[in-house]
Amino acid sequence: MSQPELYPQLRGDSALQTGDGEHPTPAWISTTRPLDADRWSRYFWRVLAIPLLLFFLIPIVLLFFRISPAQLLKTLGEAPVQQAIGISLKTTLISLGATVLLGIPLAYLMGRHRFRFKNVLDTLIDLPTVLPPSVAGVALIIALGRRGVFGAWLDALGIQIAFSQVAVILAQIFVSAPFFVRAASLGFAAVDAELTQAAQLDGASRWQVFRYVILPLTEVALISGAVMSWSRALGEFGATIIFAGNFPGRTQTMPMAIYLGFESNNLDAALTLAVILVAISFLSLLLVKGLVSRRRD
Amino acid sequence: MMNGLLRSTFTLACLGLLATLSTACTFPGTSTPRSASGAEVVLNVFAAASLTAPMEEIKKEFEAAHPNTRLVINFAGSQQLAQQIISGAPADVFASANQQQMDALIEEGQIAGSASRPFIKNRLVVIFSKDSNAGLDDLVDLAKPGVKLILATREVPVGQYTLDFLDLAAQDANLGSSFKEGVLSNVVSYEDNVKAVFAKVALGEADAGIVYSSDVTGPDAGKVGQIKIPDAINIIATYPIAVLKDSQNPGLADEFVNLLLSETGQAILSRYGFMRIDP
Repeated sequence: MSQPELYPQLRGDSALQTGDGEHPTPAWISTTRPLDADRWSRYFWRVLAIPLLLFFLIPIVLLFFRISPAQLLKTLGEAPVQQAIGISLKTTLISLGATVLLGIPLAYLMGRHRFRFKNVLDTLIDLPTVLPPSVAGVALIIALGRRGVFGAWLDALGIQIAFSQVAVILAQIFVSAPFFVRAASLGFAAVDAELTQAAQLDGASRWQVFRYVILPLTEVALISGAVMSWSRALGEFGATIIFAGNFPGRTQTMPMAIYLGFESNNLDAALTLAVILVAISFLSLLLVKGLVSRRRD
Repeated sequence: MMNGLLRSTFTLACLGLLATLSTACTFPGTSTPRSASGAEVVLNVFAAASLTAPMEEIKKEFEAAHPNTRLVINFAGSQQLAQQIISGAPADVFASANQQQMDALIEEGQIAGSASRPFIKNRLVVIFSKDSNAGLDDLVDLAKPGVKLILATREVPVGQYTLDFLDLAAQDANLGSSFKEGVLSNVVSYEDNVKAVFAKVALGEADAGIVYSSDVTGPDAGKVGQIKIPDAINIIATYPIAVLKDSQNPGLADEFVNLLLSETGQAILSRYGFMRIDP
């Protein structure tokens, strides 16, 4: 059972190693080619790969050098910084839970069923990942704001979403859930029909097939999708500041505190939070990559 | 076939990179004046972003009166503008939203201390959503429990001005000492810029907010009502303007400043919510 390729960019083997002899030489390449040409080709691609690689690396690495560990610890002790971290963790964990619970049925439908207009639905689900987050924020205000289509109705019932932590969570789900649904539906699609049929023949109920056959086989897809989705939610800024506003201790998340810290010359707070976010994102992507490559082996 | 396609793509990419590199190092509005042949003269005006709408109108006025002159206006935050000028961007006139950035250029020797003079004022005003049923008629209503209020965050100048206003208001006998606390407990969001405060009140997401009087213009201005803040407790921002020492056309630059100070200029600016310099 091979796992689907969810995130080619997360693959364990590095594209930079081309020509290192990991892959057998295809028949159409003349084996009489001089060794020097191979070596030349290797250096050629390595040198060309450097500019973009440095462009990614240098700014991120410099973030870590811009603030001393002592200063980082001192800023970490400040109440607004701690509040922002607390709110980010709390809201992203809730939105992750909601994403997984509500995302699995949708992903299952997309991965294992055929129906009309499936392509259109598929594209719609991907839409939030390519839209600018500001569009998501305006859309959420129009739907759920106090004068919005559903918001006005909720307002009459005494429920107000805008400017609350619920708004922060909804904005995060809106922009991050598609990452989970995408990964999970590819996972569900890759489960071999023979396996589920065999289980059914052995008398397993539909629920048992899902719980004991499909779910274990899609574990990696679900976990990596969840981690990707969570990292995206953690970094969410544009939709949140529009829909949930900015209130320290209530709706101010880490990305918001970074932006405001930068605007107010409070660079230390901005850098501390930025360093933490970079570290969390790096570790979670590394985790996904490790999981995916371990399961493949 | 594929090779040819690849090669032309590569060539295009190289050309694109070259073009980017060659333009990246120039500042906006860097056209050199071409006055010698009697052709077009370019006047570079660096103006605070809040002046955008009235300046566009004044530009038309000025260009109509000076047929061979083209006005290039660079709008940005005053602090950015000052940074650009210090870094060598060619500017003839600098119109700042606060004295601080003007002083920075005087200190750098780009502007003579005597050249800077105030040309317009801006003040805070309370705006409320016309859809709101919070019953807002007077400043004191801002502290009523249940009113949803949006302010600018203290990190941006208008947010700090708002807090300064609340301090002054708390000393006012009519509003009472608990006014500031009452107002702050009604705040649902501190926006990172004043335009977002206006937008969210105009949308009806909040009942009221505090913005510059010059922000209550444009297509959405009809969606909000205004409550004036008396001058005695208001924070009034004075905008200074100056011709730069290195101006290529100091005479023309002076004429532009004079247009802003004239009845015509002041009338245009006051139509966009600014206060005349000599009331």
